[in-house]
Amino acid sequence: MTIDLSQFKQTFIEESDEGLDVLESGLLALDSGSADDEVIHAVFRAAHSIKGGAGTFGLNEIAGFTHVMETLLDEMRDGRRAISKQGINILLNSVDVLRELMDAARDDVPPEMSRANEVKGQLDALLANSEDDQTQKTEEPESPAGDQTDSEDSFSEKFSEQFSQQKGWLIRFHPHQHMLRTGNDTVRMFKELASLGDMENTADISQLPEFSLIDPELSYLSWEIILKNNETQGVIEKTVIEEIFEWVDDDCDLSIEPLISPSNEESSADIVAEVSVSPSIDTIAEVTPADTIETTNNVTPIASPPEEKTTQKKKKSSTEGGSIRVGTDKVDSLINMVGELVITQSMLSQMGDEFSMDKLEDLREGLAQLERNTRELQESVMRIRMLPISFSFQRFPRLVHDLSQKMDKKIELKMTGEQTELDKTVMEKIGDPLVHLVRNSLDHGIESPEVRVAAGKSEVGTINLNAYHQGGFIIIEIIDDGAGLPKDKLLAKAIEKGLVSPNDNLPDEKIYDLIFHPGFSTAEQVTDVSGRGVGMDVVRKNIKELGGNVDVTTEQGKGTKFTIRLPLTLAILDGQLIRVGSETYIIPLVSIIESLEIQTENVNSIAGTTEVYKMRDEYIPLVRLYEVFDVQPETTRLQDCLLVVVEGDGGKAGILVDDLLSQQQVVIKSLETNYKRLEGISGATILGDGTVALILDVSGLLSLAKKIEPVKSYANG
Amino acid sequence: MSKSILAVDDSTSMRQMVAFTLKGAGYQVVEAADGQQALDIAKTRGFDMVLSDVNMPIMDGIELIKNLRTLPAYKFTPILMLTTEAGTEKKMEGKSAGATGWIVKPFNPDQLLKTVKRVLG
Repeated sequence: MTIDLSQFKQTFIEESDEGLDVLESGLLALDSGSADDEVIHAVFRAAHSIKGGAGTFGLNEIAGFTHVMETLLDEMRDGRRAISKQGINILLNSVDVLRELMDAARDDVPPEMSRANEVKGQLDALLANSEDDQTQKTEEPESPAGDQTDSEDSFSEKFSEQFSQQKGWLIRFHPHQHMLRTGNDTVRMFKELASLGDMENTADISQLPEFSLIDPELSYLSWEIILKNNETQGVIEKTVIEEIFEWVDDDCDLSIEPLISPSNEESSADIVAEVSVSPSIDTIAEVTPADTIETTNNVTPIASPPEEKTTQKKKKSSTEGGSIRVGTDKVDSLINMVGELVITQSMLSQMGDEFSMDKLEDLREGLAQLERNTRELQESVMRIRMLPISFSFQRFPRLVHDLSQKMDKKIELKMTGEQTELDKTVMEKIGDPLVHLVRNSLDHGIESPEVRVAAGKSEVGTINLNAYHQGGFIIIEIIDDGAGLPKDKLLAKAIEKGLVSPNDNLPDEKIYDLIFHPGFSTAEQVTDVSGRGVGMDVVRKNIKELGGNVDVTTEQGKGTKFTIRLPLTLAILDGQLIRVGSETYIIPLVSIIESLEIQTENVNSIAGTTEVYKMRDEYIPLVRLYEVFDVQPETTRLQDCLLVVVEGDGGKAGILVDDLLSQQQVVIKSLETNYKRLEGISGATILGDGTVALILDVSGLLSLAKKIEPVKSYANG
Repeated sequence: MSKSILAVDDSTSMRQMVAFTLKGAGYQVVEAADGQQALDIAKTRGFDMVLSDVNMPIMDGIELIKNLRTLPAYKFTPILMLTTEAGTEKKMEGKSAGATGWIVKPFNPDQLLKTVKRVLG
C-alpha cells in the first residue's frame, strides 16, 4: 500500500507555524529570565515535533536543520549547557530560518539554503564549543533504526555467509519471568517465526512450578526452536529472526545459531553464540556504507551547496491576506443559526402553500422569527471578523528583544488584555501605528541603563502594552517608564519651526501634542530604529482614519503613556445580564469583581446621604441603578436586592440590582451612531428574544452616580 | 470485528498520518492529543493496541505507559512507542515503563503498517 504523504504536509506546516511561535516566545521568555522549567521543555518539544514531522513528510532540509537546534536545546534542557544570550540569539535566528524553509515548503519550491547554512554553521560552532565531550556523541546524526542493529546485521550477514550451506537456525529462547508484562506475546513471536520456514519447537517445562503455585502472569517456559529453510521460502536471514525478538532483547536469554550438518553443529554453535547477543556489542566498527539502509533518509546532507536554480528569492507568502482563523465555537454557532433559519423558512413556505386569513397572526410571528434569525446570522458572521488583539501583540516580544539588544538597553515588555477582540480590518490597520509607537518608546522613551541607574531607577526599563474595552471604545495603551517627553525641547523646537510663537502661553498638553505635528522630531541622534520624525503624524492620521484618536500624557523622568482609542463598532463583549424592574442591562464581565447578597448591617451612610457597603476591609459606595436611570424597581429594600461589585476608573462600587440573569457574549451596537451618546452607557445590544438591552459603562456610571449623590469621602471609613 | 488502536501524538499531522494509514488497512482508530487525553479515553474502553508518541505536553508517553499498565484492561495490551530517539536510553526507559516495543520516527506508512501487523496479526 502506498499512501500519499503530501496530504498531511499542509497540516504539518500549519502546526509547525504554531510550534515556531511557541519556540520564539519560549526563547524570548528564557532570554528575559522569566521562564520556568516547563518553558524549556515546551521549546524542546516544539523543535522535536518539527524535526520528527519534517522527516516523516519528506522535508529533509527542515529535518536536518531542526536536528541541530534540537541537539542544542536538549543540552540546555538537561542542564548540560547554560542558556546563554548568544545561544538564544542563534536559536532565534534559527526560528527565522525555519520560517523561511516552511514558506518554501508551503509553496512547494526548493528552499534557499544560504542563510540556513550560515545559521546552521553558527549552531554547529556553538555545539562544538562545549567543554563537555558529551557533545561529540550527540552531534552524530541520529540514525533512526539504530546504528547498532544495522551494524550488527552486517556483521552477522558476513558471518552467515561462511555458513551458507546452513539448513536453518537453532534458536534458544528463555523469556524472563516478567516478559509478558510488556505486552509481548510468545505465541505472536512463534507465529512469526513459523511463517519464515519450517519450525519445530520444543518447550522446556522444567521451571514450571506446581499448578497451585503458578502465577498466570509470569512466564516459566523456555524453548528450543529449530527453524529450517524450506524450498519455497529460501534461506532465512538472521536479521529477520532478530527483528522478531528485537523488543524483548532485555527480557530474555536468546541465542540464534546456524543449523548446519548434525556433525559439526556443536562447534559452530559455540562460535556463533558469542556474537549473536544483544545489539549493544561493539561491532560498530564493522559498518559498511552499504548497510545504511532505507531508514536513514531523515538526516540529509544539509551542508551540500544549494542548487543554483533555487536562488530565486521567494517573496513572503501573502497567505494572511486571504484567510481568517476562526474558532470552532463561532462556526458551530453559525451552523446552529443556519439550522434555525432553515426551519423558519420551511415553516413559512408551508404556510404559503395553504394560507388563509386566520393564519395571519402565525405569519406575522413567522416573519418576526425570520427577521431575528437573519439578524443573529448577520451578527455571527460579523463576529467571525473579530480577532483577539494578541494577533497584533504577538510580534512585540521579538521586536522589543531585538531592538533593545541593538540599542544596548534593558527592557521588559508586559502585555495585558491580549484577548480583547478587535475587528480584523481595524487590527490590520492598527498594526503599523502600534509598531511605530512601541519603537518610539524603546528608542526615545526608555533611557540607557547607565542613565537610568544615575536617575535612581531600575536599569531595566518597562514597556506596558494594555488593551481593554471602555466606554464603547477599545483602548490600547503603550506605557513606558522612561525619561518622559522633554517639554522645553519640544517648545524650543516648535518655536524654531515657527509652529508656535514664543509669546504663546501653551498648556502642557498642547506642548506634548506637538509631537503629532508633521515633521517634528526631537531625537538628538536620529537612529535607524524610529526614523526621522516622519511618523507620529502618520500614526495619528491612521488612527483617525479608523475613527479613533491617540493621546499622549507624560511626566518628566517618570515615563510616557500613549493612549489609542478606537471605536467599538463591532466589538463583542462578555456580559452579565442584570434586571432592574422590567429593564435588562448588561454589565461587562471584566468589570465585575463579585456578586453578593446584601447584609444590611454592613450598609452605612456617610455624610448623610451617601451609602457605603462594608465589604471585608473596604468600604465601597452603593449605586442604586434605578435612581441613576430613573426606572421603577421591583424593590427598594436593600435586603431584597443583589449587589454586583464592579471596578472602573474611579475605583470600586456596588451596583444594586433586582436580579442576576445569564452571562452571554453580546454584540455591541453603538448608541452614538444610532442615537446619541449617553453617560453611563457604552452601547446597546439586542438579546435573543429581540429586546434591546443597554450596556453599562462602569466608569461612566460611577462618575454619573457621584454627580447624583455627591460623595465627599468614603475611603477607609 | 476489526481491531482497534489508540493513536496518541500531540502533532496533528503525525496523528492524521497514522490514523489514515491504519484506517486504510481496516483498523479502527481513536486519536488522542496527549497522554492525559489518551488515559481518559483508555479508562472508558479497551483497545487491541496503543501507539504513543513519547514527547508530549501535559502527560508524556512514558508516563502514559506507566499509567496504562496499572489498568487491569491494559496489563498485556501491546503498547508501541513512536520515538525519534534511536538511542537505547529512551527505549529502555520505555521498556521499563512497560512498553511492548517501538517504532522509530521518521517512519513511512508501510513501515508502520508492517510493524502493527506483526503485533496484531
